[in-house]
Amino acid sequence: MKVLKLITRNAGRHKLRTYLTVLGLALAVMAFGLIRTFIDAWYAGARAAAPDRLVTRHAVSFTLPLPLAYKEQILQIEGVKDITYGTWFGGIYVDPRNFFPQFGVEPESFFRIYPEYLVPPDQMQDFVRDRRGAIAGQGLVDRFGWKVGDQITLIGTIYPGDWQFVIDGIYHGENPDVDETAFVFNYAYVEERMKQESPGRVGQIGWYVLRIDDPNNSSAIGAKVDARYDNSWAETKTETEKEFALSFIAMGDAIIIGLRVVSYLIIGVIFLVLANTMAMAARERISENAFMRTLGFRGYHLTGLILGESIFVAVLGGIVGMGLLSLVAKGVEIALSSYFPGFAVLPTTYILVVIIALTIATAASIFPVFRALRVKIVDGLRVVD
Amino acid sequence: MIPPIYAIRNISKHKVTSAMTVAGISLVVFVFAGSAMLSNGLKEKLVATGHPENVSVIRKASQTEVMSIISYDQAQIVKADQAVARDPGGNPLVANEVYVLIGLPKRGDTTDANIVLRGINDMSFRLRPNVKMIEGRMWQDPGSEIIAGRSASERYQGCAVGEKVRFGARDWTVVGTFDAGGTGYDSEIWCEITQASDAFHRPVYSSLTLRLADTTQFEAFKARIENDPRLPLDVKHERDYYAAQSGTISTFLNIAGTVISVIFSLGAIVGAMITMYAAVANRTKEIGTLRALGFGRMSILTVFLFESLVISLSGGIVGIAAAYFLNFVQISTTNWDTFSEIAFNFRLSAQIASSALIFSLVMGFVGGFLPAVRASRLKIIDSLRA
Repeated sequence: MKVLKLITRNAGRHKLRTYLTVLGLALAVMAFGLIRTFIDAWYAGARAAAPDRLVTRHAVSFTLPLPLAYKEQILQIEGVKDITYGTWFGGIYVDPRNFFPQFGVEPESFFRIYPEYLVPPDQMQDFVRDRRGAIAGQGLVDRFGWKVGDQITLIGTIYPGDWQFVIDGIYHGENPDVDETAFVFNYAYVEERMKQESPGRVGQIGWYVLRIDDPNNSSAIGAKVDARYDNSWAETKTETEKEFALSFIAMGDAIIIGLRVVSYLIIGVIFLVLANTMAMAARERISENAFMRTLGFRGYHLTGLILGESIFVAVLGGIVGMGLLSLVAKGVEIALSSYFPGFAVLPTTYILVVIIALTIATAASIFPVFRALRVKIVDGLRVVD
Repeated sequence: MIPPIYAIRNISKHKVTSAMTVAGISLVVFVFAGSAMLSNGLKEKLVATGHPENVSVIRKASQTEVMSIISYDQAQIVKADQAVARDPGGNPLVANEVYVLIGLPKRGDTTDANIVLRGINDMSFRLRPNVKMIEGRMWQDPGSEIIAGRSASERYQGCAVGEKVRFGARDWTVVGTFDAGGTGYDSEIWCEITQASDAFHRPVYSSLTLRLADTTQFEAFKARIENDPRLPLDVKHERDYYAAQSGTISTFLNIAGTVISVIFSLGAIVGAMITMYAAVANRTKEIGTLRALGFGRMSILTVFLFESLVISLSGGIVGIAAAYFLNFVQISTTNWDTFSEIAFNFRLSAQIASSALIFSLVMGFVGGFLPAVRASRLKIIDSLRA
């Protein structure tokens, strides 16, 4: 216990310096945590994937369409219990910067296969009956201040022209990983207009989502689906929803790598700040350490004192930093909820911060310990600073 | 006035502490410069892809070629326009092309990444003079042969000369590689247009790229096409068309880079403060002596601030020097505006270097100001007694 007191007293000798060090560490820890949280949020889509759902898309790329005729055929394949389809609409709401995902879907089967999208039953009924109906996520509705009954216009990029939709309902996610920024509407609306304007594009959708009986059979069932369309002009590629989501996430892989590198550099800054403080403390205490050694304290005593002080300051910085992180992350989560779902600090981030704080504290005390032990007692006593 | 050499000697006296502070600031400057260089490199690449004399025509509101569809009838009307340049044989200089994304695994990987397959006509090479064959040959049998860009053939499985790519229920042999002079076409595969239309059941064009007989006619041409009720098309300078494709990633990089650098810099500023407060505390007696010799408060403040600025500027220079080596690093990522793969380099510019240096000086100033004020406000008697 006496040792602990000595450590805290030592840390309190230069109060301003210790406060500044703790502050510097806290800020760096917060920055590190925010980046980690951002990367975790990036993968939220893959976490939300259900194991019993497969996605079938065009084998060449997801930008090419599949015939709507495949729907009944795929449903015949053994192990496929249910099927729905979707298509990417890519419309512009007022300005291209207002980007949000829009999907043309088959209303009933879509919400049957995605039970985690919760819609009140009365709104669901309106949506199923309404050819121009749409259901928007809570985050999206908050972002643009929409309410049920509003009419909105999207400018088509893939399907040309202006498209009017009526917001029939609002969905909520069953858990925080569900994206609440999507806009789903009745695909029949697109089909109806394509019949008049561009008959060559009728009966083509973006992808199918299959519910299968047993997740363990996913690769066998996927292979059966793909074999069915081998050598047809629209060959398919079927993968689990998670693999499908990861292929989109992979589009940002270079950015994610960059962010990871930055997060390691931040650890570097944490180290430099702490090591600087510890080096200063070591220089000031050369004669004092020599004095303690003449009193009979051994090398490991001094090592314990220096290491203890370093850990004390690092842990303090880590705690303040984690506090800041949870506050700031909450703010960011609220501010970005309509753009970037799933921004929440995971417990692993906090654990990682603790491990990093302890590692850095140890590393930062190596030089001061080395210095304290290397100085001969006589030389140490002679130092006047 | 205290000679500036006083500050510099002090920095070199405390080597370890000074070095750590310099290192902290250089890390921040490195990240700051790195994110700006990435966004700059992407912009440069895309701007270079557009030829200054070329004009791009895509369907109205479609943003990129991926989503664009132009019917053969519409294309005929554009080709017949009087402003379009013609070759000696009277053929319009218009490259009507089909643009399809195909998924191929990168070398050393199993998951697909999107690569552009462009179906070209006989004007396509002519309108892109920096595209040259560097290996193999042009296709002889367009029904089974294709050529690939240099970057595509290096990075994607099946895209080197002699290898095969499968699409449209057929295998295609790569018979040649072309170099596009560092433009975006390097990451594409090219085939003959009617083959691409057949393979993907696309009896339409994705885009028209053309030359005007007289470049000053651009505005008139644009107005004529865009106001024609038969033509739901957008007309743009090819440069502008490609430059716009850097939008989403650039915005993301700029915002993320700024936010991270600012938070990050707070850590480095605190580091500089710690160093400067220690410098002041260690030299209390010296400051008292200087004051007793007749140096005023202002010159004490200046010399400490100068010391902090020298430290931070050194950090800035080290950071930029490290960032300079990023120039040799190539990044390959999906462009979120086109969903296709693009390879580009970090690019350092004078503007990035100077703003990074200014950023480092700001850190030094903020970190050094309070300690310098404390130094200047020490009482002579107290400090001599310390």
